[in-house]
Amino acid sequence: MTGNSVLKQVIVALAAWAACTLHAAELRIGLSADVTTMDPHFIAAQPNLTAQHHVFESLVHVDERGRSIPLLATWRTPDPLTWEFNLRKGVKFHDGTGLTAEDVVYSLERPLAITGSPGGFATYVKPIVAKQIVDRYTVRLKTAAPYGALLQDLAEVMIVSKKAATGATGADFDGGKAALGTGPYKLVKFSRGDRIELARNEEYWGGRLPWDKVTLRILPSDPVRTAALLAGDVDAIEHVPSADLAKLRARAGLKLAQAVSWRTILLHLDQGRDQPPGVLSKAGKPLERNPFKDARVRRALSKAINRRLIVERVMEGLGLPAGNVVSPSVFGHDPAVKADAYDPEGAKKLLAEAGYPDGFQLTLATPNNRYINDEQVAQAVAQMFSRVGIAAKVEAMPLSVYFGKARGGAFGVTLLGWGTLAADFALRSLAATADPGKGYGAWNWGGYANAGLDALVARALGTVDPAQREALARNASALAARELPFIPLHYQVVTWAMKSNLSYAARTDEFTFAHHFKPQ
Amino acid sequence: MLGFALRRLIQSVLVLFVMSALVFAGVYAIGNPVYILVSPQADQAEIARATAALGLDRPLWEQYWTFVAGAVGGELGKSFVWNTPAVQLILERMPATLELALSAMAIAVALGIPLGLLAGLRPDSWTGRTIMAGSILGFSLPTFWVGLMLIMLFSVELGWLPTSGRGPTTEVLGVPLSVTGWEGLRHVLLPAANLALFQLSLLIRLTRAGTREALAQDYVRYARAKGLAMERVMRVHVLKNIAIPIVTVTGLEFGSLIAFAVVTETIFAWPGMGKLLIDSINVLDRPVIVAYLLVVVAIFVAINLLVDLLYGALDPRVRLAGARA
Repeated sequence: MTGNSVLKQVIVALAAWAACTLHAAELRIGLSADVTTMDPHFIAAQPNLTAQHHVFESLVHVDERGRSIPLLATWRTPDPLTWEFNLRKGVKFHDGTGLTAEDVVYSLERPLAITGSPGGFATYVKPIVAKQIVDRYTVRLKTAAPYGALLQDLAEVMIVSKKAATGATGADFDGGKAALGTGPYKLVKFSRGDRIELARNEEYWGGRLPWDKVTLRILPSDPVRTAALLAGDVDAIEHVPSADLAKLRARAGLKLAQAVSWRTILLHLDQGRDQPPGVLSKAGKPLERNPFKDARVRRALSKAINRRLIVERVMEGLGLPAGNVVSPSVFGHDPAVKADAYDPEGAKKLLAEAGYPDGFQLTLATPNNRYINDEQVAQAVAQMFSRVGIAAKVEAMPLSVYFGKARGGAFGVTLLGWGTLAADFALRSLAATADPGKGYGAWNWGGYANAGLDALVARALGTVDPAQREALARNASALAARELPFIPLHYQVVTWAMKSNLSYAARTDEFTFAHHFKPQ
Repeated sequence: MLGFALRRLIQSVLVLFVMSALVFAGVYAIGNPVYILVSPQADQAEIARATAALGLDRPLWEQYWTFVAGAVGGELGKSFVWNTPAVQLILERMPATLELALSAMAIAVALGIPLGLLAGLRPDSWTGRTIMAGSILGFSLPTFWVGLMLIMLFSVELGWLPTSGRGPTTEVLGVPLSVTGWEGLRHVLLPAANLALFQLSLLIRLTRAGTREALAQDYVRYARAKGLAMERVMRVHVLKNIAIPIVTVTGLEFGSLIAFAVVTETIFAWPGMGKLLIDSINVLDRPVIVAYLLVVVAIFVAINLLVDLLYGALDPRVRLAGARA
């Protein structure tokens, strides 16, 4: 090695070091939705979880593809009713106290005890019927029946410090006094509606992180979030709107990271009632029977939709045609199931076979401020239905109005987006026969009922072995794809934009984590 | 005088009462916020639990009764999503909105009156016509579009000002203000200019009309004939005489500045009350919606009451009318 090349290497190393330290200063991220509290058990809303995951950690984490991985603990299942979690040693809360089994048990009980909260976390801890502290670093959890989805549930429940959280109010969490987790960042300041300032946890068990200061800016307005990135006010933004995609892609100094999201956009068809609202003959008279109860009609509707066109034109590439209930990397996705191909002639034939040669009319209800270009997607689908002789109208409204009405049974055909980490989970909510006692079919707006599917979902959820459970969940996905309790349209694609000297491992669960941004 | 104040106070309480009932029923009619708030995995039992936890399982009259009982004790309920008492949320956001509205007002007055005087003085000149054309644009262009254009021009293309948000705040008499520092001023400039646009146009037109009218008056001619400089005539004689309507309108329009701040706050991610209201409507956070409207109505009622009392103090006829009635 000559002196010259050594010098070169030194210079390169110095430059790399300089670049690192320059970037190391601060990372500013533009978030797309408001964070309402730093109490991680108050409301199970994704924007809140995004911010809280910087400060708190859960036993189980989810990787970029949506699969469960160990975080604060590793686990084993000595028998199908018992889950043993071994805590990582040497993990400290931000106040310096060590993480113990006591904190874990406290954190799993807190969601059930919290008052005056819309919650959502109780669902995740309810399957646990007994908690046993074996030693300082071991917790055993018992379920009443074998329950394979416990890991996915526990990924949602963050571990708080028992000492700090006992008796703490919302103000204590928001002010930082009780917001003491084990996470990579410490809460410096939570300014509601404006920003969240975080500082690196220097004693983080996971090693040294590239950013010593992180600011999460709340920028819900799409054009403004984009403008903030273009102007250099932030280093990265989440949820790039489809309208700005081309501009950001072409811009020098910026780059995009994309992943197929866990969110599937689908149409619920009311199969429960005899006269679904808005589903009438072409002359506007009530139909003799509910056409959606006929599987051929459901298939015809699915074939009438040109998913490729919707994804390319309406979604401007931010989608992938869907046939499964969950997107490709998610647990229980059946790769053998393909999205229905566009086949208007086949659709017309099926409709004629089912006794609707002249079609009928329907009203498709959709939110207009929830999913990517939701109303435009509904309009496109309605046009495509019209091509096969089904006169379709679109009724669009804000989510706040839509959800209440849809659950109240005001519509015959409804658009819904669903993001979840397992197919059996999704089918339990969306397609299983509604049964409040079991918690099945809570979002089965179509009123679909199939004992075979229910049994398959129950078997999958009751299987502790991940490989066996996934095989069952795949079968359930395939059954749903054959029977069409609902019509999958597309999986959304989620996009981040950032300065070109950064990189982000795009996540299928759409979360934005500062600690996953890396300088290049 | 006391009777008049008392009567107005009772009227105001009645207004607050009716308003709260209307808003309560209105938000109830839209739907159950729990469906928006719960996580997708939530089953029926969890939805029922959350509904009960927020008190939404009770009949509407009972929910309203609970609210009124709390309101009498000064407790307007806790937000469904913010984990904080609604009144505290609103008071916390109020300085940001008032700061924005006052900055906008300052811009409107500081630019509007001189430009209006100029346009009134030389109505047919190139300058006068340009100012008037500009004011028409200010009237007719939608706020959100102008806001985006301001951001694109001054932040993205020129890079002079930050795109959005509020600058660092410092406590002044316990109120967090951002306009005390250079960074804060840089942040407030664009949103305030955007918000000021309508008021600015209004003031220009008002001042111009007043000036043109005043210039034709005899006292101006006498002042000119006396040999006073035009500058002095404008400043001392014209401005003083047209000041009354300008001050009145400026005061009245302050309310609409706060109201219109909703749009500007949303565009510029300004953490004020208006944005809080919009966010709360989106998730049907009823305690915040009701509390916001009550607080705003209370402010307006208080201002009106104050104005009426001032009138009463200034003008004996009002007092007499009040005493007779």
